Amino acid sequence: MSRYDVVIVGAGVTGCAIARELARGQRNIAVLEKNADICEGTSKANSGIVHAGYDAKEGTLKAKLNVRGNEMMEELSKKLDFPFRRNGSLVLCFNEEDLPKLEVLKDRGEKNGVKGIRILTPAEVWEMEPNITKDLAGALFAPTGGIVCPFGMTEAFAENASVNGVDFYFEKEVTSIEKTADGFKVICWNEIYETKAVINAAGVFADEIHNMVSDKKLKIVPRRGQYNLLDKKCGDFVDKTIFQLPSKLGKGILVTPTVHGNLLVGPTAEDLDDKTDTDTTAEGMSKVFKEAALSAPDINKKMVITSFSGLRAHFDESGPGDFLIEELDKAPGFFDVAGIESPGLSAAPAIGQYVAEMVNRRFPVPDRIGFVESRKGIPNMANASDEERESLIKQNPLFANVICRCEFVTEGEIVEAIDRPVGARTLDGIKRRTRAGMGRCQSGFCQPKVLEILERELNTDRGNVCKSGSGSEVLKGFTKEDSL
Amino acid sequence: MKNVDILIIGGGPAGLAAGLSAKRNGVENVLILERDKCLGGILNQCIHNGFGLHTFKEELTGPEYADRYVTMVNTEAVPYMLNTMVCDISVADDGDKIVTAMNKENGMMKIKASAVILAMGCRERPRGALSIPGSRPAGIFSAGTAQYYVNMEGRMPGKKIVILGSGDIGLIMARRLKLEGAEVLCVAEIRPKSGGLKRHIVQCLEDFDIPLYLNTTVTCIHGKSRVEGVTLSQVDENMNHIKGTEKFVECDTLLLSCGLIPENELTTAAGASMDPKTGGPVVDSTLQCSIPGLFACGNVLHVHELVDHVSAEAERAGAFAANYVKGR
Repeated sequence: MSRYDVVIVGAGVTGCAIARELARGQRNIAVLEKNADICEGTSKANSGIVHAGYDAKEGTLKAKLNVRGNEMMEELSKKLDFPFRRNGSLVLCFNEEDLPKLEVLKDRGEKNGVKGIRILTPAEVWEMEPNITKDLAGALFAPTGGIVCPFGMTEAFAENASVNGVDFYFEKEVTSIEKTADGFKVICWNEIYETKAVINAAGVFADEIHNMVSDKKLKIVPRRGQYNLLDKKCGDFVDKTIFQLPSKLGKGILVTPTVHGNLLVGPTAEDLDDKTDTDTTAEGMSKVFKEAALSAPDINKKMVITSFSGLRAHFDESGPGDFLIEELDKAPGFFDVAGIESPGLSAAPAIGQYVAEMVNRRFPVPDRIGFVESRKGIPNMANASDEERESLIKQNPLFANVICRCEFVTEGEIVEAIDRPVGARTLDGIKRRTRAGMGRCQSGFCQPKVLEILERELNTDRGNVCKSGSGSEVLKGFTKEDSL
Repeated sequence: MKNVDILIIGGGPAGLAAGLSAKRNGVENVLILERDKCLGGILNQCIHNGFGLHTFKEELTGPEYADRYVTMVNTEAVPYMLNTMVCDISVADDGDKIVTAMNKENGMMKIKASAVILAMGCRERPRGALSIPGSRPAGIFSAGTAQYYVNMEGRMPGKKIVILGSGDIGLIMARRLKLEGAEVLCVAEIRPKSGGLKRHIVQCLEDFDIPLYLNTTVTCIHGKSRVEGVTLSQVDENMNHIKGTEKFVECDTLLLSCGLIPENELTTAAGASMDPKTGGPVVDSTLQCSIPGLFACGNVLHVHELVDHVSAEAERAGAFAANYVKGR
């Protein structure tokens, strides 16, 4: 049995942000994650957008934490060294009669404290973005909108939390939670973690974790979003994130550059029953393009390098319709951080602070002495200058060995991704941390080499190396084992 | 800065033939840069036979074919560097090319070359480019990646296999995997006929009773962690899937052999005009790109059916580049 002051359930961006903030205090923290790596749920499959903050109704947590998260992002991205760019966003309005809805958004944004938003004429939009449809009535421009690497941000939080003493446990699925005299027993099949406080940051499964301790049941309906990711050749097709006027199901189909220079279109919004159904469908993939064409008709569909989908943690009708971040009355010490759908990624840094303040009030502790505030990311050879490359190779010749040709990722970067705190153990983990396999050949050439490096660094056999978690081993035995 | 007359990027069949030809045509100061740890390129993993009928008038395996060229390169002292990655090609004011490359021994290197021959080869079309719906588990490989695991590492990519696409690598891999002990359930081809060589259809599929389903494609991939099956569907003459023809096939692996794409990152970054039809650079009758002194040959120019044709084209590129250098 392990004993902790705080157990966080879920190592997505929310859980990791909270872990880092809580680590500012002198307390023992564990993060339990049911997958084999951080950033395996909603955090890995979303739009990668830092919203300006005009969407959510004023006074909601979504509004407040979105705007605060957005304000924090720039400094945080420097301090924790993850990719972020304030590229600005546009909300397109296609009909004259809908123009008042832009005004409503603008008013809401101003009430939420979003700075610099204004309404543009079509001519002003085309000057900014020549590839936008000619069928345009106007647009709302939010200069504070941004794009971020969701993997990079999650890793940065996790790594920094780990450096500050947080313990991460993987492939630990919470199966039940029992109240005890001074806290909780968090049970993962046959393992028990005793703790004073539990933070439920379990994403689409946050209802199930909540329902383990509360009679007031929650229900999260996984809302699937399918995306098409396009080659970097079309990365400059638009500069800003292009939204359409929002509908009931969300912010509609967006067209955006990613922070790594690809073009991303999506997502759909489909309410499902199965919380593991991240399949893409032919209908979804074509719907994404069809609706994106309303914003920008000339997107080159042939440039798709991959399609993916993710699930947003959306409360059903009976739910609060806002982020649910609170301590349970009936289970003191149990904190829900649930319903973290959009703008969850934008809000993550602020959610971390907000939850930490809440926990600190209930469980005050002295500050951690020597809290490490910043972190340096894995060197990035692709973006480095020749001089920087030269100096990295001098320090470690492995930086001269290119493993992923498409994204120019070297052995040095892959080895770092494995050796760092909360390091990669899987092919997907390497891919998210270094972009090896993220390019246009989608790991055709580099996969065997990455397996070989994982084998060597983890001191295992490549036959045991998984794509994502156990059961996803890449190889199946040796040749001639069952030959004719 | 190192100076050479002709720099060849790539030490596969195209680069080796181009380097030899450049030297045989009177240019001594040539250099081949290869990113892998040995010369020969993709031939090293093509252990089946059928190579060399045109070039050497005999039937060789891929490694044997490569070895013939490597031996000539060594005998005729054509210089090369291994484990060396080219990062960038730029054009200096005097028309010379400045090639930036790196390796473990020398770090970053700048090499000035009067002419450059592009011989980077091609890569396989990945799943994403095919837009196959479904899940994204382990067990989806391009045929060439599977070939690497089997022939270079002695590992099996799976035990129960469906192959999508009847390109030559797919057909070769159907036979190879069967010989190595896997169950190869079928090859599905979206077009009404296979794109592979007739002899491969006979020797790799028919001789091993592996069915080839024409006008058929994969319309869904199933399985959370590992592939558990695929849905095969028939398509009409416009390649649209015919509803009602879906058939679930249980398997643990899907191999994709759906075409090759010339690898032209360096070429486009250098600013050469590209041909959207071939995926390679636009060249004139001397295999010269829109940038004077930049030549291209082999699969980087367009995808060839036979390596013998690659060698022949590369030989011409080497000669043209030599003429260019001598004429400056």
